[in-house]
Amino acid sequence: MTDFARLRAILTAHQGREGALLPILHDVQEAYGHIPDDTLEPIGAALRLSRAEVAGVVGFYHDFRRAPAGKHVIKLCRAEACQAMGGVGLQARLEAALGLKLGETKQDITLEATYCLGLCACAPAAMVNDRLIGRLDAAAVDAIAAEVRQ
Amino acid sequence: MKLWVPSDAAAKACGAEPLVAAIAAQAAVRGQQIEICRNGSRGMVWLEPLVEVETEAGRVGFGPMTVADVPALFDDPERHPKALGLVEEIPFFKRQTRLTFARCGQIEPLSLDQYQAAGGWEGLRKALAMAPASVVEEITASGLRGRGGAGFPTGIKWRTVLEAEAPQKYIVCNVDEGDSGSFADRMLIEGDPFCLIEGMAIAGHAVGATQGYIYIRSEYPDCVRVMRKAIALAETAGLLAEAGFALEVRVGAGAYVCGEETAMLNSIEGKRGTVRPKPPLPALEGLFGHPTVVNNLLSLAAVPWIMAHGGQAYQRFGIDRSRGTIPLQVGGNVKYGGLFETGFGITLGELVVGVCGGTASGRPVKAVQVGGPLGAYHPQADFDLPFCYELFAGQGGLVGHAGLVVHDDSADMLQLARFAMEFCAVESCGTCTPCRIGAVRGVETLDRIAAGDATALPLLDDLCDTMKYGSLCALGGFTPYPVQSAIRHFPQDFPVAREAAE
Repeated sequence: MTDFARLRAILTAHQGREGALLPILHDVQEAYGHIPDDTLEPIGAALRLSRAEVAGVVGFYHDFRRAPAGKHVIKLCRAEACQAMGGVGLQARLEAALGLKLGETKQDITLEATYCLGLCACAPAAMVNDRLIGRLDAAAVDAIAAEVRQ
Repeated sequence: MKLWVPSDAAAKACGAEPLVAAIAAQAAVRGQQIEICRNGSRGMVWLEPLVEVETEAGRVGFGPMTVADVPALFDDPERHPKALGLVEEIPFFKRQTRLTFARCGQIEPLSLDQYQAAGGWEGLRKALAMAPASVVEEITASGLRGRGGAGFPTGIKWRTVLEAEAPQKYIVCNVDEGDSGSFADRMLIEGDPFCLIEGMAIAGHAVGATQGYIYIRSEYPDCVRVMRKAIALAETAGLLAEAGFALEVRVGAGAYVCGEETAMLNSIEGKRGTVRPKPPLPALEGLFGHPTVVNNLLSLAAVPWIMAHGGQAYQRFGIDRSRGTIPLQVGGNVKYGGLFETGFGITLGELVVGVCGGTASGRPVKAVQVGGPLGAYHPQADFDLPFCYELFAGQGGLVGHAGLVVHDDSADMLQLARFAMEFCAVESCGTCTPCRIGAVRGVETLDRIAAGDATALPLLDDLCDTMKYGSLCALGGFTPYPVQSAIRHFPQDFPVAREAAE
């Protein structure tokens, strides 16, 4: 069961705001680490939306999680600028080092793809727990793997 | 000693934070008084973190700096191995025409005093003294066109919204900068956020809108923080109230398609980011059904300069129907990557080779993708092509948001074409069939081509035509650009096409 006190505070904070659903979902995810299933209905009720409509929005956006992520989240950029600087090879190296593929969570580590962090002139790039890292090379990838496995 | 170290995300990603700590620690050890200011980026990303030291002659640069380079900065700066001389004399910087990015990297992004001292609010002050229709005329006279990629004349869009009668109108700024190779929006907000506020307030006055939204992608957390702080500061100073304008940041949630204007409007309304059919135009029925100006950040950030100096002064730069300056962003496998603002008309080759020094790997340039994941791959044979909306379109490409990704000769064009289709499949909003199904079939068909299936090539061409002419928006409609340009210019990478060409 989800602790609804925080949810109520979030819904109150956004009362009267136009188009409030995305800001609410961002806050819910910030508070709970994901969007718990049993929050969909009360969120919908606050905005006069059905549970299905809220679920549809949650499902549409890549950012919103229906299940908790690992304690460490690594977002590796797969876009063209990073590919041009050897991103594909580094992805394989990181996947091998962590023993998981893009999109998977294991042992409190989540590895996922992102498409552009705006660091295209210092590619390849990644974000590790909200910390941006540019000019990735094999050594930097190994350091990331070591850091998150500690 | 007064130093500047950028707080731009690219500088941070290259180690600016430990560097600042090391500089402070070194000063403490030596008992030396120093002041460290945080600026935005000058856009010379290969030099980041670029430390600047104030001298009587001007700001002297050192970069790319590492923690190990710090002690020497205090010993003998002139002989420092990373010394670059006066920052504004570095050829990459000196050759630019920086109108939109004039203040970026020069000032502290959140200092209202420095913004004002560097010419800030001058455009807004002039605009507020003018009738809305005259402001629209000034923008029309500047020749400014949508910098998001479509190139629609900004003045005409504004006039449509001005002439629409409605109780509520909106200005929406598109900072869903998802194109690989693009980082101008991020850089401007992190370096000069008040410039965007000024541009949006001018737009609000020009069309009669009192509320603005800035839609920033969630992949840019630094941008979101800086923009929110800037709005709060402008509010506290009473600047927004003076202009009769309110502003709010909305954060995306990782959907590339929300860069399409109608999908963005749906997203701000709290809906799935699906594309709306047009008409109705957002200028008439946009956000919450009200007349809405949806402009890219680069369009709105060009507005303060235009109002301060006049539309005529702006349109003196550029060629043909592409007037003014364009902040070109060069990334990927490039030696001197960064942001280069210049008048339209510089050629692709001059930019990539002359300004940016070719590839980082030192190998020959194979292809340059211009305009993001929906832009064409250009071979060296296109290097004489000048930056201009019409000339790029004539060559089967697009300027887009002016992001370039350079690839060296190790690039596998079949894999890049496959990636274009794969990306479209991941990011399709699902509303129209050519995009939703076509992208998936495109990946499969490219896999057949890779396996040597000769019948798959005409099929792919046919599929690309269906996507081009049948998709609702540019995501499905332009994904064929990288795919077909890759096949056309680099048949050697496609086993079946190679045989046909031989």
